[in-house]
This record gives sequence, C-alpha cells and structure tokens, in this order.
Amino acid sequence: MSSGGRPPLSRDEVAHVAVLARLALTDEELDRFTRQLAQVLDHAADVAALDLGGVVPTAHPLPLANVLRPDEPAPCLDRDEVLGAAPVVEDGRFRVPRIVGEAP
Amino acid sequence: MSPGAPAGPASDLVGPAASDWETVVGLEVHCELKTVTKLFCGCPNSFGDEPDTNVCPVCLGLPGSLPVLNEQAVELAMRIGAALQAEVRPSTFHRKNYFYPDMPKDYQISQYDEPINVGGWLDLPDGSRVGIVRAHLEEDTGKTTHQGAGGRIHSADYALVDYNRAGVPLVEIVSEPDIRSAAQARTYAAELRAVLVATGASDGRMEEGSLRVDANVSVRRVGEQRFGTRCEIKNLNSLRSLARAVEHEAARQVAVLEAGGAVVQETRHWDEEAGRTIAMRSKEEAFDYRYFQEPDLVPLAPDAAWQERAAASIGLLPAARRHRLLALLGQDRTGAQEDQVQSVVDQGLDDFVVAAVSAGSPAPLALVRASNELAADVGAAQRLEPSSFAALCKLEASGELTATQAKAVLAELVEAGGGDPAAVARSKGFEAMSADSLAGVVAQVVEANPDEWRRYAAGDDKLAGFFTGQVMKVTGGKADGKAVAAELRGRREQQA
Amino acid sequence: MTSGRSAAALAAAVRAQERRAADVVEEALAAITAGDGELGAFLHVAAEEARAAAEAVDRAVADGRDPGPLAGVPVALKDNLCTRGMPTTCASRILDGWRPPYDATVVTRLRAAGAVIVGKTNMDEFAMGSSTENSAIRPTRNPRDSSRVPGGSSGGSAAAVAAGFVPVALGSDTGGSIRQPAAFCGTVGLKPTYGAVSRYGLVAFASSLDQIGPLTATVADAATMLEVIGGHDPADSTSIDRPAPRPALDAGADGLRVGLCRELVDGVAADVARQVRAAADALAAAGARVEEVSIPELGWCLSAYYLLAPAEASSNLARYDGVRYGLRKDGDDVAAMNVATRTAGFGPEVKRRIMLGTYALSAGYYDAYYAQGQKVRTRVIEAFDRAYRGVDLLLGATTPSTAFRLGERVDDPLAMYLSDVCTVPSNLAGHPAISVPFGTGDDGLPVGAQLLAPALEEPRLLAAAAVLEAAAR
Repeated sequence: MSSGGRPPLSRDEVAHVAVLARLALTDEELDRFTRQLAQVLDHAADVAALDLGGVVPTAHPLPLANVLRPDEPAPCLDRDEVLGAAPVVEDGRFRVPRIVGEAP
Repeated sequence: MSPGAPAGPASDLVGPAASDWETVVGLEVHCELKTVTKLFCGCPNSFGDEPDTNVCPVCLGLPGSLPVLNEQAVELAMRIGAALQAEVRPSTFHRKNYFYPDMPKDYQISQYDEPINVGGWLDLPDGSRVGIVRAHLEEDTGKTTHQGAGGRIHSADYALVDYNRAGVPLVEIVSEPDIRSAAQARTYAAELRAVLVATGASDGRMEEGSLRVDANVSVRRVGEQRFGTRCEIKNLNSLRSLARAVEHEAARQVAVLEAGGAVVQETRHWDEEAGRTIAMRSKEEAFDYRYFQEPDLVPLAPDAAWQERAAASIGLLPAARRHRLLALLGQDRTGAQEDQVQSVVDQGLDDFVVAAVSAGSPAPLALVRASNELAADVGAAQRLEPSSFAALCKLEASGELTATQAKAVLAELVEAGGGDPAAVARSKGFEAMSADSLAGVVAQVVEANPDEWRRYAAGDDKLAGFFTGQVMKVTGGKADGKAVAAELRGRREQQA
Repeated sequence: MTSGRSAAALAAAVRAQERRAADVVEEALAAITAGDGELGAFLHVAAEEARAAAEAVDRAVADGRDPGPLAGVPVALKDNLCTRGMPTTCASRILDGWRPPYDATVVTRLRAAGAVIVGKTNMDEFAMGSSTENSAIRPTRNPRDSSRVPGGSSGGSAAAVAAGFVPVALGSDTGGSIRQPAAFCGTVGLKPTYGAVSRYGLVAFASSLDQIGPLTATVADAATMLEVIGGHDPADSTSIDRPAPRPALDAGADGLRVGLCRELVDGVAADVARQVRAAADALAAAGARVEEVSIPELGWCLSAYYLLAPAEASSNLARYDGVRYGLRKDGDDVAAMNVATRTAGFGPEVKRRIMLGTYALSAGYYDAYYAQGQKVRTRVIEAFDRAYRGVDLLLGATTPSTAFRLGERVDDPLAMYLSDVCTVPSNLAGHPAISVPFGTGDDGLPVGAQLLAPALEEPRLLAAAAVLEAAAR
C-alpha cells in the first residue's frame, strides 16, 4: 500500500472533502467513497512517489501566451432568456435562500 | 515593517494606555478598471444599469463558455504598476475555488503566485512611504442584495443576485504593513485613489464601489518587532469609514490585550451606523481555495515595448499635480489654499485651475472656484471643458461678473456639461454695471442711511459690509463687490 | 458501412441535386425512430429543427448557392455541446431542462457547412466514464451486440454512427472518450491536437485535456469534419491560431516510419494485440518502415490522468449550484441549497471524481497529487518528443479489450478507469490520435487500431489511417 509513504485516506478526510465540494454523503456512501478513492490513490502511489524534483509542471499542453481580446463591446444576452433559465427569480434578479457568512 | 522603512506620522493614541501601543495597518484596495468591457467578455463594464442586463454566457459562467482576456485591462494594470514603481512580470491566472452565489462559476479567476505587478511604493503627501507588495488582475463578483429584516446580512430572509458586475476587471493593490495610524491609512487611500484616477485606470468613485478597501489591522507594544495577530476589516466604503474602522479596531484589540485576552485572527465587518467592527459569522468549513492555474487562459507576458507604452501614457501623478498648483500660487500662499490644492488634485479638478491660470486668471480665484463650485459635483464637473471654466474665471477676474454671478453661471455650465460662459451670463441678464450707474446707486444708499454713513465716514470700516449689502439688494446682486468698495472709499475720501 | 452512406457521398449528391436534403434527413429520422428505442443512442431528437435545416439546404441548392461541404448531412452531437434552444444536459439530472442561449463554435461551423443537426447523443454524465452506463437517463447499447457497452463517454455518438443512423457525429475526448467508443462500436474516432478545434460551447470536464472530434463511418469523413470544425476561434484562448489542417488522404504510407509502441500493445488482450500487429503488417505492406519502440513513461499516464482530470473537473462542476440554471433543491440557507442540489443532481461517478479532484487540490495534497501529475505530464511530452525523433507515427491498441458487457464494471471504478490506459497519453501530451476499425476479436466484436502523431500532424495521421481502413476492408 501507498509506496508514496502517505497514510491511507481516512473517512474523516473524505467527509471534509465532501463539505468543500458541497456534497452530502450517507454513511454508506462515505464508506464506499473512502474505499474507492483510496484504491485510486493507491494505484497512483507509484507515480506520486516518483522523484520529479526539478521537473517543470505542465499546466497546459500548448506553448501559447498573450492571447488577448480588444476592449470592444459584444452583444449581451436577452434578460428574459437569462432569467427564464433560472430556478427562482425576483425583481429581475436571481433569488437564493439567505446567505450565512460573507464571501471570504 | 522592514527595517529602515520610513516612519509615518505619530501613532494614533488609542485605548487606556494608548501610548504603549502601536497600530499596524496594511491595506488591500480593489480598483475597478475603467475599461469599456469586462475582463473576460465583451459585456459593458458599466455601473447602475438594470440588473442582469450586462451579461453573456462568459460572465454568467454558463456551461461551455470560455474567458478571453481584455487587452485594455492589462494596459491599465501596467499603468497602475508603473505609477507605483512596481515591476511588471510574466504572469498567470489561477482559479480561486469557493462557493458563493455572487460568483457565477463558483471560482474567481485571479492572479495568484505570479501577479502582473510586483513590489513598488507610494509616497504620501505627509512625507511617508508605504511599500507595495503586489498589484494583480482579477475579476469582480456580482452584487448580492439581502432581502427582509432590514437587509442585514445575518438576519435576511433571502437574497437577490445581479450579475452585471460579475467579471468587471479589478486590480487589487496590496500594501506592505507599513501604515501606523488611522490617519495615515486614510492619507494612503486618498493618495492611491488620486494616483489611480491620474493613470486613467479608475474613476475613483468609492460611493459607487469602484474603489473598495479592506484593512488588515493589528497592534503591538511600542518597540516590539513582531507583528500582533491581525484582523481583516471589510466593508469600508469611504475614506471616513476606513479611518474610523481602523481607529476602533485598534482600540478594540488594545482593550482585549490589556484585559489579558488574545486577538483572534478573523475577518470583521465594519458597521458604519454602530461605529464598530463585528466578527463575521462564517460556515464551519475552513476556506481551502484549492488554487490551480486557470486552464482556460494562457500566460501573460507583455513585451518591453508594451510596458514602455503603458508607462509613458500615464498622465501627471498627484504629487506632480500638487507641485504644479503650489507653484502657480507662489510663496505667499495660505494654509487654506494648500488644503484646496490637495482636495482639487484628489478630485482630479486641477487641470481646470491650470487652464484658467494659463488664460490669465489669478490662481487663488481659479482655485476657489474649482474647490468649491466644481467640487460640488465632481462627476458633472469632469464633463466640462477646461476652456469653458477658464473663460468663466476670466469674466470674474475682469469684473465683468460678480462673484455671485460667476457662481451662478458656473453652476449652470456644470449642469449643462459645458457652454459659453458669456452667453450663459447674458441669458441670465448678468451684465456688469457701468461705473456711473453704480455711483448713482451708492449715492442713493448713502442718502437713505445717514447715521451709518456718518459712522463709516468717521472711520468705522465694518460698515462697508453693510453698504455693500444694501447696494447688492438694490441691484439684485449685479454690482461687483470690489467696485462697490472702491466707490465707498472714494466717496469717503472726497468728503474728508 | 458503405461509402454510399458516407457524409462525403451524401453531400455530393445533395449539392448535385441528385438527392434532397429533406429526404436524407427523413431517412435518418426514420432509422432513429425504428432502431433507437433499443439502442438508446439519442437523448433528444430534434426532428423539427432538422427538417427546417434540411429545407434551407435544399432551398440554397435550388437558388444556386453552395450550402457547404456537409450539405444536407445528418449529424449527431454529443449532449455536452451547447446548442441554442435545444436541450443540452450532459446526461445529468442537474442540467435537466437547460437550453443554452448560444451555439458552440463547432455547432455554428457545422451549420455554416450545411450540416443538419438531428439530435443530441447519450453519454456518461459530464463525460465521466467509459461505457455510457453513467448516463443519468439510460445506458446506450452497442449496435454490434446489445449485451455490450458502446464504450464511453461518447457512446451515444459512436452507437449512432455504427447503427447507421447518421454518417457522422461529434464527441469529446478527455481521456479517450472518442477513440474508445469508436473502437468498441467499429467506427473511426479522431481526437485532434489540443487547440485545433475550439472548445467554446463544449461543457467542460477537464479543460486542459478536453478536445472535440468526429466519430465517422470513414476516415475521409473524419478529415472533412475536422476541416469544417477546426481552425482558430478567438472565443477560445487555447485555440491554435492557424487554419484547420488540410489532410491529404491519398498520401499513403510509403516511406513512413511507424513505431509499434510496446506499452500500447503488450498489456492488452491477446486477440486485440493480434489485430494491432496485423495493422502494423498492413502499414508495412503499404511501404511503411515499422519498428518496435518503447516509451516507459506511458505507464505513468493513467495515474497522472486520474489526478489531473478530476481536479479540473471538481472546479469546472462547481457552477452547478442551483442558482442560475438547471436543477434546484431547496435548503434553509444558500449553502444547504447548494448541497441539496448537487447531491440530488450528480450521479455517483461524478461525485466520486469531484471528491477525488477536490482532494487532489486541497491544502496539503496539492504538491503530492496535482503538481506531481503536471510534472508527469512534462515527462510524458518529453518522452513522446524523443520517440518522434525516430518515427513519424506510433501504432498501438485503442483499448485493452473489445467491448465489455453492460454492468460488468460499473461497481469497480478502478477497472473502469483501466479501460482508458491506451488513450490517456495523447490527452496528456495534447497530441492527435485516431482509432480505426481493424478486424475483430475472438468474440467477433470490433477492434480499434490506434495511430498517434505529434501535435498538428493530423494530415500524416489521417493518411496512415486511410491505409489501415483500406487494408481492413
């Protein structure tokens, strides 16, 4: 197991990740996901353990830079169409339940 | 603060044993860039439109949409960098992942470990220098309105979201914790605002949210080298709020520490009405932004030529603008005039003064008209042609319009967004009184008030004001105050 | 599949006024109506829009205008391609009922070329899967054997072409989602160079790996489709600023240096390996110099892929929060509403990958997983570059086996992930690759031979693919 030297994935970690991802998991799902994610991470352990110090990470397969757009206006969407797709609207805006806590 | 960093003005005195404590402040200023379109799409970057009208698949984060970077936003970011003596570097964009309903993609595209501008500083009018950590590009969020329970965030029933602002380009300017008082924090923010306006990057309108300030505040014992635990104060919508919030937060922290407690690192909300900061309730989840490089954008590396063009296109910065007006006033200027210079430059109205003086008006007169009449509605005033203002000042300086008339004409010019001052004056029936008719009016007033005249003739100069007032009354304000005074003096000398 | 049913032949007939586009589309619609009940290739059939589009093509021809190279050709689109006013659900409950207010760039280009969009095809939810069993609506069955999966995630598009409903379809390929179902169903499947086809309007799975490409009955049609949908798009910052490559299909394989890649042959089922070696022989017979090559770094790709792709996906799928479109399930506050919506709206595989990706990006694990995956990516690209100094193309299997049975792997995510082992390297490198049907396995099911080429070498790739196609007949 885990030749990368990391401890196996814990159930608590999986529960924390679910909170970050805004997903609710049942106890059964939590057990199953813990097992399945551990399996995938274990399969990746050999790669995680590779010594790749000094290798530059590739974020992107293309060597592109400076892709820019002129500061010129383009048409916007029709407001009725935009709001028509929303689950709940009020007063020309998107309505959501109360917000607890401010944006970070 | 780095050793050798220039000292600011004396620390504020806060708390019970205030002189033992030093306030330490670093500011994060979010500046909305004055582009035509948003950062990653062609929707208008405009304030005050009907909700959810300036939106498209990109800024609404619709599935399948992709961002493309606005060239002008990069240009303005580089101008800001140049004005702050920062170094422009090759940069990348990252995703900052967190859920919030005003963020259409539930991540914000922002520059993270490779920002466009690194380092720099801002010199303040009080002689202090505040270091700049970075000034990076990012996208703004939409606007949330809390509904019910008086719109207060914690007790609201629900919220409405308008995405017109989502994707508006921002530059976030992060200062070093070099600021040592609430007053200096205010001075820094005011000077930075003036710099941002001068570069053409910002309209500087804090009341519209185009400049927003967060303050990181901590306190420490005088002489202590390490920083205290800091709190981040949000919702600072004016310079006044900033100064008050820093002052109160520092006092709060001192009180906590003096009582043997410890400051908890947290984000606090400034409640303008209550005049205090409040800890923000947050979900139990710790924020873990899971930054990673935005795969839908490619790296940004402006070449030297573009960087030079951006730096060269900056107008005069506020320090130079202040210097220019002070030079026009000359050595025997008053403290009040220096304050007027500061405010006129802060408000971006100094070009009007320069235009008026170049056209032959005295600097003090132009300065007064700019700092009073133009400043009354800066937004409207900025639509005015400087030449129009200069012509108005000239009419007043030559005595063709009285001060009262000049103010009335100027108000109309500002409201109309321009025009010919002489024509406006004529349309209002303002014309300078001839010397003969003025003399007649003065004679009439003197005759009607013999007692007052006797006292004035005997040397009681205070009564000059009384007679001027009477003359104005008779002429309906058309008389020139200076001409009246001259006529009164002439009459008295004749009598003597 | 006969060339008479190819897109090229249909378009030629419509342009020459030998056939009416309206008749062509009626035939396609009739075939779908008759056969798709069992197959489940389509999630949405846009009959009325298709008829209107076909009539417009016929009018253009009658007026002496050229409707374009795909005049009257019925096309099926994977349901993760945005189509204005037409449902686009990614086979997910969370996008139930969503009709995009805009067309993907590829859709705009297809319409401009005279193509007639007949509907949206089934897929694994958000393109996460290799069997189309992860569709929240229903699974798709393999037209060659209905007890087998069609592969995935573009299983609906592959099945629609293999069943003869349409001559061409579009899919998307993040880790093999075009090539693997093409191999399972016996069609041609091309994943172009990353950046050769605009992603604007493709609902993102893993942005740095996703590419749109064609699934077709013939190699020539794949080439035509690439010409139509490829080329620079200013709406996609990662779009390569040059015109779509113009393939020369008759270039043949004479003098071509082909590397038979050990890592893409040795681990696969014996019957699949046998066909791949036969494909190598066919290329040699056409004048290619075939040699065996080894690229050990390819062995790292699957692990790297299953760290990188879910990480990007976890961020790309955050926007399904119940606020602006799609499903909403109520909650006491906005966070509870987000949780309720996402929990109800996403299927188990999507949740699994969001969890995996969130974990790989989270504090404390980023360097070990995400950054490490990106470094592997660098090494894989370098390894390919070295290999391509000696050879012009690489040859291997598309899949480790022929199509497996429905239900066989749904409960074993890792086994399912392993079916991508031969296809993910091209995605990590951003290189083009194509799967061409080449014989059958012991079970009589199609085998796909995979050709790989360096970035932007689609012409070379397609020319060699045409040689294999001819040899397989």
